[in-house]
Amino acid sequence: MAETVADTRRLITKPQNLNDAYGPPSNFLEIDVSNPQTVGVGRGRFTTYEIRVKTNLPIFKLKESTVRRRYSDSEWLRSELERESKVVVPPLPGKAFLRQLPFRGDDGIFDDNFIEERKQGLEQFINKVAGHPLAQNERCLHMFLQDEIIDKSYTPSKIRHA
Amino acid sequence: MSFFGFGQSVEVEILLNDAESRKRAEHKTEDGKKEKYFLFYDGETVSGKVSLALKNPNKRLEHQGIKIEFIGQIELYYDRGNHHEFVSLVKDLARPGEISQSQAFDFEFTHVEKPYESYTGQNVKLRYFLRATISRRLNDVVKEMDIVVHTLSTYPELNSSIKMEVGIEDCLHIEFEYNKSKYHLKDVIVGKIYFLLVRIKIKHMEIDIIKRETTGTGPNVYHENDTIAKYEIMDGAPVRGESIPIRLFLAGYELTPTMRDINKKFSVRYYLNLVLIDEEERRYFKQQEVVLWRKGDIVRKSMSHQAAIASQRFEGTASLGEEGDESLSRRLCYTTSE
Repeated sequence: MAETVADTRRLITKPQNLNDAYGPPSNFLEIDVSNPQTVGVGRGRFTTYEIRVKTNLPIFKLKESTVRRRYSDSEWLRSELERESKVVVPPLPGKAFLRQLPFRGDDGIFDDNFIEERKQGLEQFINKVAGHPLAQNERCLHMFLQDEIIDKSYTPSKIRHA
Repeated sequence: MSFFGFGQSVEVEILLNDAESRKRAEHKTEDGKKEKYFLFYDGETVSGKVSLALKNPNKRLEHQGIKIEFIGQIELYYDRGNHHEFVSLVKDLARPGEISQSQAFDFEFTHVEKPYESYTGQNVKLRYFLRATISRRLNDVVKEMDIVVHTLSTYPELNSSIKMEVGIEDCLHIEFEYNKSKYHLKDVIVGKIYFLLVRIKIKHMEIDIIKRETTGTGPNVYHENDTIAKYEIMDGAPVRGESIPIRLFLAGYELTPTMRDINKKFSVRYYLNLVLIDEEERRYFKQQEVVLWRKGDIVRKSMSHQAAIASQRFEGTASLGEEGDESLSRRLCYTTSE
């Protein structure tokens, strides 16, 4: 029986197109949460955050968009995604029930440090969710990121490639 | 493993005739230790002697018969009481009587069929062993000697490559290719991953070898998956048009041949799992079954004549499974737990 050597030859590969190698990336998705502003007076006050999206993924209708959202809007988004998609949705930053009670030493939910923490938590949450291919198929995510106003009585649906 | 009676009066040893020339192979025991056992192939004769040594040469040993058995059995861990014997041969060595001095009894099991390979797994064990029994009124004296059996095959006639295009629509399309679908245990997996579309941020890519042991039948089927190897093949973010090579040497891993439905009791199958991991630890994977087989060693002069015949017996008779039983799903799967 002759000595047999394992066949380790390379498989044939296509040479790479220079545009593919050095062209612009086809996969950037940048979402910033910034510029918190408190609106309203007295007990009806709440804080909104600016959410800016820059992307070249085709699934997003607008390549650049800016909207203002409040914390409860992201709570809405999270519950929609949990119900409609099979994604294990990451957690939001805290609801801060204790901060909403009266007679606090600091400014409660309008305290600068708390708003800063919440802003960072929202940015992490949004980036994780928006990058998930299954979440990108959900109408609720696109409405949250790019529509002027969230229509909470919408019909949940899946997005097909624009 | 001997059963010690009330004051053991005799020592039993099983010795093989070709113990000097026969090769030994390493085999993992149930508790994970590696031990060497004599290696046999299908069709080889098992011959030797059972030697009895009386501890006290003046004391006679009364017995109800001495026999030696060659047994091949499957043991399911969750059902230890029932051993399924698929090979059971017995030779009587002595009729009921007395042993007055230490002596040895010759035995020979000619051209024994050993249809399956020895296997020690997570939930099932297949083993071959010789068992010498001295029957006595109150308790028998038993001595067992395990052996290891390897099943050999030759290069399959049909060994097509595995080539597939999979992906997630508009996010990630890849074409992967492995040079064969059937690999021997010392083979090399040569392949490539070609990126047709990349719209996610990939951090790295790896190939895992997964062993799936299936025990039980019908509604009681139980699969036990074990990741034998994880081998990183790419670090960093690829772009469209890039081709990543794969070269995975199987000899470095603890692998067994693919075993299908052994005696209708268990199966051991192997899968290659291609895993891509993105910046947010999301995992995208595509699993593909590969068939592993054991190649016979080249015939050397030191090999016993019978082992040489046994390994040559398989020229052109290997049947390594049906083509087309690999799943042809076009989709890359991903785990949504993060």
